Amino acid sequence: MQTTDTAIIQIDNPQVEIENLNLYYGTSQALDNLTFGIAGQQVTALIGPSGCGKSTLLRCINRMNDLVDGLRIEGAIKINGENINDPNLDVIELRRKVGMVFQKWNPFPKSIYENIVYGLRIAGIHDKNVLDESAEKCLKRAALWDEVKDRLHQSAMGLSGGQMQRLCIARAIAVSPEIILMDEPCSALDPRSTSRIEDLIRELRGEYTIIIVTHNMQQAARISDYTAYMYLGELIEYGPTQTVFTMPEKKETEDYITGRFG
Amino acid sequence: MTKKFWRQGEPFVWATGLALSLILFLTLLLFYVVLDNGLAVFWPKKVALATLSDGRHLLGEIVQEETIPHTEKKRLQFKIGNRDLYGLDFKWVDSSEITSLSYPENIYVLERLEFGNFYGYLSELEVKGIAPPASGSNSLRLTIDALDSRKKEVNLLGKKIANLNRRVELIDRRLATGRYNKEENTPALAALKGEKQGLKTEFEALVSILSQKAAALSTNQAIFTDANGRTKAIALANIVRNYQPNTMSFLAKCGYYLERLRELFFDDPRESNTEGGLFPAIFGTIMLIFLMSILSFPLGVLAGIYLREYAKDDWLVKMVRIAVNNLAGIPSIVYGIFGLGFFVYGIGGSIDRFFFPERFPTPTFGTGGILWASLTLGLLTVPVVIVATEEALGSIPPGIREGSQALAATKLQTLTRILLPMASPGILTGFILAMARAAGEVAPLMITGVVKLAPSLPLDGLFPYLHLDRKFMHLGFHIYDIGFQSPNVEAAKPMVYVTTLLLILIVLAMTSTAIYLRNKMRQRHSVVDV
Repeated sequence: MQTTDTAIIQIDNPQVEIENLNLYYGTSQALDNLTFGIAGQQVTALIGPSGCGKSTLLRCINRMNDLVDGLRIEGAIKINGENINDPNLDVIELRRKVGMVFQKWNPFPKSIYENIVYGLRIAGIHDKNVLDESAEKCLKRAALWDEVKDRLHQSAMGLSGGQMQRLCIARAIAVSPEIILMDEPCSALDPRSTSRIEDLIRELRGEYTIIIVTHNMQQAARISDYTAYMYLGELIEYGPTQTVFTMPEKKETEDYITGRFG
Repeated sequence: MTKKFWRQGEPFVWATGLALSLILFLTLLLFYVVLDNGLAVFWPKKVALATLSDGRHLLGEIVQEETIPHTEKKRLQFKIGNRDLYGLDFKWVDSSEITSLSYPENIYVLERLEFGNFYGYLSELEVKGIAPPASGSNSLRLTIDALDSRKKEVNLLGKKIANLNRRVELIDRRLATGRYNKEENTPALAALKGEKQGLKTEFEALVSILSQKAAALSTNQAIFTDANGRTKAIALANIVRNYQPNTMSFLAKCGYYLERLRELFFDDPRESNTEGGLFPAIFGTIMLIFLMSILSFPLGVLAGIYLREYAKDDWLVKMVRIAVNNLAGIPSIVYGIFGLGFFVYGIGGSIDRFFFPERFPTPTFGTGGILWASLTLGLLTVPVVIVATEEALGSIPPGIREGSQALAATKLQTLTRILLPMASPGILTGFILAMARAAGEVAPLMITGVVKLAPSLPLDGLFPYLHLDRKFMHLGFHIYDIGFQSPNVEAAKPMVYVTTLLLILIVLAMTSTAIYLRNKMRQRHSVVDV
C-alpha cells in the first residue's frame, strides 16, 4: 500500500496520525502498514468486512490491546503529535484523553450516578458539587437526563439496552476526553435506540473527535465526515464520506458498499 | 409409546428427582434423630416406682423399652441413678418381673456435684447454724435457699484462691526470667520474692478459712432413703438442683427446661463432661472458627486474586491451580500432622527457644494451642477460598474490566472498585463452605491443641487477654470425647445428642449470617444482561 495512492486523502492538521502501523497476533499479521491521518472534531467511520482489523485498529488508539497476550505493534500512532506507542507513555493519561464505547454496553453494577462519576472518582475528584454537576451535564449531553433524573441512585442494571449504551457514552464524556472511540455502538440495539445514538453522535461532533467502527453502511453514510474502508488489515480507500459512498476510487470499495461483497 | 416415553426424557427427570429425594431423606433423618434425642434431654421425666416379683423395689426414669432378642418378652431400661449406692446408673428389668408400676408424688430427683443423679425420698434434714426449716413439702428447697449465701461465700473464696495462684504463677515466671538472665541479686527480684512470700501467707490463710467454711457447710445435710429403704446422707452443698418430677406442673417443667438450657450455654461442664454446661466448648469452637477465618480468608482471597488477575496463564499457573484443587482432597488428619510438625514443633518450638528460654523445658508455644489449631484449619480451608475467589473473578464479563480500564482506571482501581465488589458474593460462598468445613473438623484439632477439659479460656480478663498459646475445648471433639471416651457412656448419651444439636445450630447460625450477607451483596452488585 502506497501512501501516495489517490484513494487515500491527506488530512490537513490531523489530530491522530497513524504511521506505518503493523500489528501481529503471534505470527499472523492483523494490520498491514497503515498510514493515514484522522481529522479533529470530526466523525470518522471505519468500515470493512469482519476480520479486516478495524476494531483492532480502534483499540490501538487507546492502547486497549495492551491487555492482549502475544500481541506486537510496530509503527507509530501520534495524538496531537505525541507517539502513544512510546513505552514510557502513561497509559492512564492517554485513556483519559481517549474514551471508548464498546459494542456491548457494559455499565458497572452500581447506580446510574456512580457509573457517570466513576471516571472522575478514580481521577481523584471527590467534591460532591463537581460530581453532581458533571453527572447532570453528561447525562443531558447524552440525552438521557430526562429519562433517569428521578432514579439517579438506582441500579444502572434496570435501564434498557439503548439507555445503557447512552449511559456508557455519558460515562465516557464525563472524564472530558478529546477523542471518543466507538466500537459498533449500535449493533446490538433496536432501530429506535440506534437512531437516538446516531443523533447523539451528530451532536457530539464538533466537540469531540469520534472514530466509529460500524457494519452498517447507511449509518456510516449518515453520521460520518470521513470514511475509511479496510480489507484484510489494509487500508483500501479513505476520504470524505460523500466521495467514498458516491464515487469510490476503488472497485473493492464500491463492491462492498453496494453489498456485492462482504 | 415407549419410544415417546424415552424421547421425552421422562426417565431422566425421575432419576434426578429420585437422587435429590434420597439425599434429602438421609439429611432429614439425621436431623430428626438429633432433634428427637437432643431436644427432650432437659425435659424432666417422671420417675417410676417398680415393684418386682421378688418384693424388691426399683426407682428410676424409664429410658427405653425393647424386645429381648429371639423372644417375645419385653424389657425396660431404668435410669436408677444413685451411683454411690449401686455402682451403675442404668438397669435392665424384664417386664415379666415387674408386678406393678406407680408414680409416687413424694419422690425427689437430686442433681449432685458428684455421683450423678439421686432418686429417693426425703426423710429428714440436719442443719446447723441456721434456723431449722419448717417441715413441709418445700422444706428442702427452703433450706437450700437459706444456705445459698454461705455457698456463694465459699465459691468466692475459691475464686480468690485461684486468682492468688495465678499471681504467684506470674511472679514465678518473672523470677525464672531473672534467674535465667543471672540477675539473682537485684533489688527488683528481691522485691518480687518478698511479694511472693506475702501472697503465699495470704494464700495459706485463705485456704484454712475456706476449709473451715466448707467443712461447716458440709455438715448441713439431708437424709434420703432409696426405694428399698437404704438411707444416704447427702450434703446440701453438693446438691445442684432438686425437683419432684411427678408433681411438677407444665410451667414448672418449662422453667426447669430453661434453667437447664441456661446452664448448657453458660456453665462449665461437670462429672467428666457428662453433665453441666458446654460454655468453654462453645466459646472454643466459635473462637477457633473466628481465628481461622481471620487467618485464612485474606490469604485465600489474595492468592486467588493473584492467580486470576496477575499471574500469566501458562502451564505453571495451571499446575498451581490443579494443586490447589487437590489440596481440598487431602485427609484432614494429614493437615493435623503437618500442623503438629510445622506449626507446633517447628514455629512454636522456635518461639520458645528465642522468647521463653527461661521456661525450658516447659513449652509455651511449643505445644498445642488455639493459634496452631486455627492455623492448621486455615491451611485446610484456604484452597476452598482460593478456588471460590478465582471462579468469582473469572465469571465477571470481560467487558466490565475493559469498560473500567477504558475510563483510565488502573488495574488496582478496577480490582478494588469494580471486580472485588462484584465477586464478593462468590467469594462469600466459598467462605461459607470453608467455615462449614472448619466447624465440622475434629481430627486435625486433636493433635494441635484441643483438650477434653481446659482449665481456662483462650480469652479472659488477665493480661494479655488473648492467650493464643492456650489449649481449648471444642464441641466436635466434645462429641467424640463423651460419646466414645467417657467412663460412663450410657449416662453421657443425652449429652452427645445435645452437643451435636448445638454444633449443628452454631454452624447453621454462622452460615446463615454469611448467606444473608451474601444475598445483600448480590442485590447490590448483581449483573443482569451484561
